[in-house]
Amino acid sequence: MSASSVQAERPVSDLAARRKREAQRRRLTVAGLRLGLGVAILAGWEITTRLGWVDAFFWSQPSAVAAKLWLWLTQGTDLGPLWEQVLVTMEETVGGFVVGSILGVIFGVALGRSRLLSDVLGPYIKGANAIPRVVVGALFAVALGLDIRSKIATAAVLVFFVVFFNAFQGVREVDRNLIANARILGAGDRLLTTEILIPSALSWIVASLHTSFGLALVGAVVGELFGATAGLGELIYAAKNNFDTAGVFAGMALLAAMALVAEAFITALENRLIKWRPPVATETRI
Amino acid sequence: MTPAIELRGVTKRFLTPSGGVYTALRDLNMTVEPGEFCAVVGPTGCGKSTTLALISGLEPASEGEVDVFGSPVKGIADGIGYVFQADAVFPWKTVLENVAAGPRYRGVSNSDARERALDWISRVGLSGFEDRFPYQLSGGMRKRVALAQSLINGPRILLMDEPFSALDVQTRSLMENELLALWAASSASVVFVTHDLEEAISLSDRVFVITAGPGTVKSNYKVDLPRPRNVAEIRFQPRFAEIYEEIWKDLKDEVLVSYERQKRSGAA
Ligand SMILES: Nc1ncnc2c1ncn2[C@@H]1O[C@H](COP(=O)(O)OP(=O)(O)OP(=O)(O)O)[C@@H](O)[C@H]1O
Ligand SMILES: [Mg+2]
Repeated sequence: MSASSVQAERPVSDLAARRKREAQRRRLTVAGLRLGLGVAILAGWEITTRLGWVDAFFWSQPSAVAAKLWLWLTQGTDLGPLWEQVLVTMEETVGGFVVGSILGVIFGVALGRSRLLSDVLGPYIKGANAIPRVVVGALFAVALGLDIRSKIATAAVLVFFVVFFNAFQGVREVDRNLIANARILGAGDRLLTTEILIPSALSWIVASLHTSFGLALVGAVVGELFGATAGLGELIYAAKNNFDTAGVFAGMALLAAMALVAEAFITALENRLIKWRPPVATETRI
Repeated sequence: MTPAIELRGVTKRFLTPSGGVYTALRDLNMTVEPGEFCAVVGPTGCGKSTTLALISGLEPASEGEVDVFGSPVKGIADGIGYVFQADAVFPWKTVLENVAAGPRYRGVSNSDARERALDWISRVGLSGFEDRFPYQLSGGMRKRVALAQSLINGPRILLMDEPFSALDVQTRSLMENELLALWAASSASVVFVTHDLEEAISLSDRVFVITAGPGTVKSNYKVDLPRPRNVAEIRFQPRFAEIYEEIWKDLKDEVLVSYERQKRSGAA
């Protein structure tokens, strides 16, 4: 190996090490600021309610919420063990999310492919989208009863429209050149859909999943508010009826935690499904 | 012998977004013999890509007939390879999956398709890059993927739309020689669109000059240079210069017309 190539390599590894240190420092800074912000908000809340500037009866306080969560965790809720309530809401959310996403993709791709279908169905879908859809929860509560099906249906309706519009748009925006190329290479209609339209719409669809999981959670909780025997929404509803604001906040905190965990899963899914896209610039930069 | 490709009195019109009609090709006649390597040159916007789209069956002609091996083109014909002007490799497939796409779409088993793809990847010099996605390749490498993707299907007609215009001069001559070797071994007819008259002459048996739009064939020249050729060296032959001068006289007028037109419409 010549001297010049040895010389050329050193700065590169130095640079890589420096970038790595910088990235690490940045992560620490972000984590610290995050923690600080959370502590500041909770402390502010606790102090203002203790000093009586804010009424703890209406707005509760972090210590009371924590105590409530501890109570639920150790002694169960009025509706039964806490994990059961979490599980019920989780099932409803995931069920609605899966059903809504699958239907959304199927309809989005079908309408995106067929001009006739989209012209005929277009106004109906836009109309249905325009009404505030959470009210269908009331309908499902009556029609499907108080069990899990009415919540799944409500969540699925909310998810459907978001995924549908994204899948539709994704199929419409497919690069004409890619379609031409696939057809020349011998792809028929079916292969065109599975090999070109769906993969290229996938980045749109996956992007919509972040929003739509939140909506599935909304659908499940709203469904529970319209009538249920278990679940976090029902727990919050019951707490509200007892003027137990700490219980309301505790339920909200659990919902937020659920959403964050799901978000992490969806990001992992996204990275798997669309690994062919260039990563965000900062990740490969040296 | 029936020609490989025959266009007779072909006119192609497009609807413009404003609702008007734009004539891209007018009364175009072109014949390509089996196994012939033809180049098509002409000013930008004259309808070269449109001509290829008509031959491939991606676009129907507005008037006139397009025949491939004696039968009229209806939809996409079998046995056609097409290297597009714009990037058309599938961004969500790896190099291997991209090259194997054609055989897989035609019902070849996965393992056979894979084996053939590996062979073609090495022929276009991309061994070691099988698992990369297109965004991880250079522009020239993507073009080579496109080339392998077309050639793996053993096309009887190969349509190429400025395939090498993004490459540097050295890589380009290498690829051109490679293409000539592959073509010589294949007996395919090639229609090769390019801006570059030198490239056109050094590769082909025949050069079609298209007029400024609406495009029609202004003239066609037989290139009687001996084969096999080395494109890097053939440019220095005296006969090459003669042919170049002859064709350039024709082409120059069209380029000027096209340029003047664009300048005027730009100024207006
Ligand atoms: N789908 C279309 N709709 C309307 N006009 C079109 C369409 N496709 C091509 N044209 C027009 O037809 C003409 C010929 O286009 P074409 O792409 O064949 O040119 P070209 O000779 O390949 O040009 P270049 O060398 O720049 O690639 C152009 O003026 C273009 O604007
Ligand atoms: Mg073109």
